[in-house]
Amino acid sequence: MHFDFTEDQRLFRDSVRDFLRSEVTPERVRALWERDPDAAVWDQLVELGLTGVTVPEAHGGLGMNELDFVLLAEECGYVALPEPLVHTALVAVPTLRDIGGEPAATWLPRVAAGDALVLVGLGGWVEDGDRAQLLLLEQNERLYLVNPDTAELRANESVDPSRRLFSTHFPAEGDPIAGSAAIAAARDRGALGAAAQSLGLAQRMVDLAVAYTGERKQFGKPVGAFQAVKHHMADVAVRLEYARAPVYRAAWSLASGHPQAALHVSQAKLAACEAAALAAKNCIQAHGAMGYTWEVDLHIYMKKAWALAGAWGDTGFHKQRISEALFEDKLPIGAGATF
Amino acid sequence: MWLEANVPEEKLESFDTEEGFRQHREWEAKLNEGRWGMVTWPEELGGRGCDLIEWLIFEEEYYRAGAPLRVNQNGIFLLGPTLMEYGTEAQKARFLPKMATGEEIWCQGWSEPNAGSDMAAIRSRAELDGDHYVINGQKTWSTRAVWADWCFGMFRTDPESERHRGLTFILVPLDAPGITVRPIPQLDGLPGFAEIFFDDVRVPVDCRLGAEGEGWSVAMATAGFERGLLLRSPARFQETARRLVELYATHREAADRDPAVKAAVMQAWLDAEAYCLTTYQTACRMMAGGKIGAEASTNKIFWSELDQAMHATAMSILGARAELWPHAPDAGDVGGWLDGWLFAQSGPIYAGTNEIQRNIIAERMLGMPR
Repeated sequence: MHFDFTEDQRLFRDSVRDFLRSEVTPERVRALWERDPDAAVWDQLVELGLTGVTVPEAHGGLGMNELDFVLLAEECGYVALPEPLVHTALVAVPTLRDIGGEPAATWLPRVAAGDALVLVGLGGWVEDGDRAQLLLLEQNERLYLVNPDTAELRANESVDPSRRLFSTHFPAEGDPIAGSAAIAAARDRGALGAAAQSLGLAQRMVDLAVAYTGERKQFGKPVGAFQAVKHHMADVAVRLEYARAPVYRAAWSLASGHPQAALHVSQAKLAACEAAALAAKNCIQAHGAMGYTWEVDLHIYMKKAWALAGAWGDTGFHKQRISEALFEDKLPIGAGATF
Repeated sequence: MWLEANVPEEKLESFDTEEGFRQHREWEAKLNEGRWGMVTWPEELGGRGCDLIEWLIFEEEYYRAGAPLRVNQNGIFLLGPTLMEYGTEAQKARFLPKMATGEEIWCQGWSEPNAGSDMAAIRSRAELDGDHYVINGQKTWSTRAVWADWCFGMFRTDPESERHRGLTFILVPLDAPGITVRPIPQLDGLPGFAEIFFDDVRVPVDCRLGAEGEGWSVAMATAGFERGLLLRSPARFQETARRLVELYATHREAADRDPAVKAAVMQAWLDAEAYCLTTYQTACRMMAGGKIGAEASTNKIFWSELDQAMHATAMSILGARAELWPHAPDAGDVGGWLDGWLFAQSGPIYAGTNEIQRNIIAERMLGMPR
């Protein structure tokens, strides 16, 4: 068995990482918060072909799967990318692909080429909905193709200024395009994206806090030299180290259609969001009063981590799935039952 | 398979009793006869040359079969691989076969009364006298030293040296004149620990492993991550998590009076799975030639805290009966949780306390200032 990424997957991650870290700086994220049109990153993502990586080759994309993309989602988290790339690649494109037929043939090439933004909204909410050319919205456990002009989208401000959330209201006209299976699949893929981004966010918060506590001096030495501060950071490193493999396994399970993929996604989401929540808690503490300011960059990542914790199935949703698997469905567990 | 046919039906006594130690030594011999004792060792040494993934799978079967704990784990998992790396041909021929059969059970001699977390503060001396080392000093917290046959550890050969320098790795027969082993009862009352006193103990020079003064680097190899992986494979924790889920299911009505219990049971399973997945990923990376650095310290913290948490949850579920030893007449189905609970208290302490591990993570993995 080989339970690790390939060299190609790592190299692709490295090139996207280089681009994101040099282009999507904290300053640029802040400019995007202020709706500075010059700050937009989307056109660059399109130029790099990233909007089409998961689009099937027949529709002009690279045909990558969840496992290929998960490392990129982690990098999007590291920079708190305020553009719907993870949503596009992990949720919208696979949903359209699975629906197939005319909608896929029409929209996937446009998504790959960057000519259209398609977004999925579940449970009466959609991110960045006002930017989309096509919405796939849930109503009564059915998914509808909705022209954004015909839907009522009400903006709701989030603690994370880069999350542009809209509640959705639309007349369910015509036949739904897909049912509950597609909705569940979209939610799972969205949860995988949130989990992977949370890994990146947690890593970024640790990196910021390590850098800050290495510089800031009290009692004549860097505060990072004090054990109490070190152990806060080490605690995050431990939870983060053990959250990664569950996220990667969930990506593999979704890509390979594993019968327990949904459960694996819940494991991943819980582990990654828990690691990110601990990172936020300990890293704001390591920053002291500076961590509570708007000026220090920590909150860019902290707030996105808080927001993602409740997105694509909140903690209760995912814990309920674990509970059902363990206590109702009597999932085989123990040594040797993992793979 | 072999394990099903050969695992003793009755649970062996604790290997911290004289009788239990003998039973476990016999089990080692039996495992070795079936060539299932040292599966990661090369074939010419009685092993099967298993790689890390095959080892993890073997462990899964071993724990599923409920097979006995490994009384010679210090020998076969720690010293054995170190001997293969640093030992002379003569040393390998002398020590490995008897280690494999369980004829010689090994204990460790690292800690001293004033060298615990600060292991480089070792003061026990080994002085060269002709073709022998003369050892004086004291080791402590030597697990299973009471009935073990040999001890491996570090001694200061250069009296002028400080810290990590001037230490030498030496193998010492515990029946040598001048050795006194004083048992130290552990929390369960059994003499699982011992102090070892060395009073002009003469050991031939060919019991030195590696070069004189190079003991620290040999010891670091012994304590290295791969060895840690051999000792703490995920199967054990996954089986504990499985038993915990079962225990909760059996006592669900009573357990649910405390709503925290169900959450803790779920977390135990989640963490045991995360430990397994991460270990497999690490093993794959190592087999592809990757090196594991300071991030190995996260491993020790993760499994030891998981083990404590799982047993704490079991104690909660057992409620008023949790304090009872399984042999108490009215203990019912309390099983081995109390023993496990006691043992779990040692996890965050031994093999480098979790505080030391956190320092290593902060300084070497994250690059925080010393």
